[in-house]
Amino acid sequence: MKKKANASSPAMVFNTMPEAPQKKKFCRFKKNGIKYLDYKDANFLLKFVNDQGKVLPRRLTGTSLKYQRKVSQAIKRARHIAVLPFTGDSLK
Amino acid sequence: MATKTKSKTAETVVLKDYESVIVFTPVLSEEQLKDAVSKYRKLITDDAGELVHEENWGLTKLAYPIQKKSTGFYVLLEYRSKPDFISKFELAFRRDERIMRYLTVSLDRHAVIYNQRKRNGEFNQGKKDQKQEGAK
Repeated sequence: MKKKANASSPAMVFNTMPEAPQKKKFCRFKKNGIKYLDYKDANFLLKFVNDQGKVLPRRLTGTSLKYQRKVSQAIKRARHIAVLPFTGDSLK
Repeated sequence: MATKTKSKTAETVVLKDYESVIVFTPVLSEEQLKDAVSKYRKLITDDAGELVHEENWGLTKLAYPIQKKSTGFYVLLEYRSKPDFISKFELAFRRDERIMRYLTVSLDRHAVIYNQRKRNGEFNQGKKDQKQEGAK
């Protein structure tokens, strides 16, 4: 089931990649051949958290499972060394 | 720098790639910080390890307060060492009151390549652009 969330769903509010209505999502790691995610790169990791600092689901970012695991690992590491906050009100 | 002997070579000692981020308290002076870092640098080389890269981020703002401090000195050490060295190394971190946080990560082969390219400054044009395209 690769259905796109329709525009009326509340999930669209959190989408970091605003796209055209029927455009298919893709995994940016697979597409760009990124093999390693740097947990020290706060600006990049910010694309995968919402403005409270929570990890965004794959359903919104389009990341494949393999890289979603790495994303969440990297975010948790970044939080530990205080590069990313555990919680926050307005990160963006 | 960083001879790429990935797995076991002729020598019996197998070195693995690691990376430690250490957050020192902001109350240290430049001099004290240098002393502290050189102590850990020495620990690595004394235990048959080799320092690959060292990076000092300077006084950086923390994302949340640690020990009621809102800034810290970040130091990144990338090194190759024996796997059983890590427990000793981290024990030293825990005993050191100047250290607020530390994180040691073992690096896989993609990470080593990434770090190397980052050091050579390839990212400001190459990969960074790709990442930004990915965001669009």
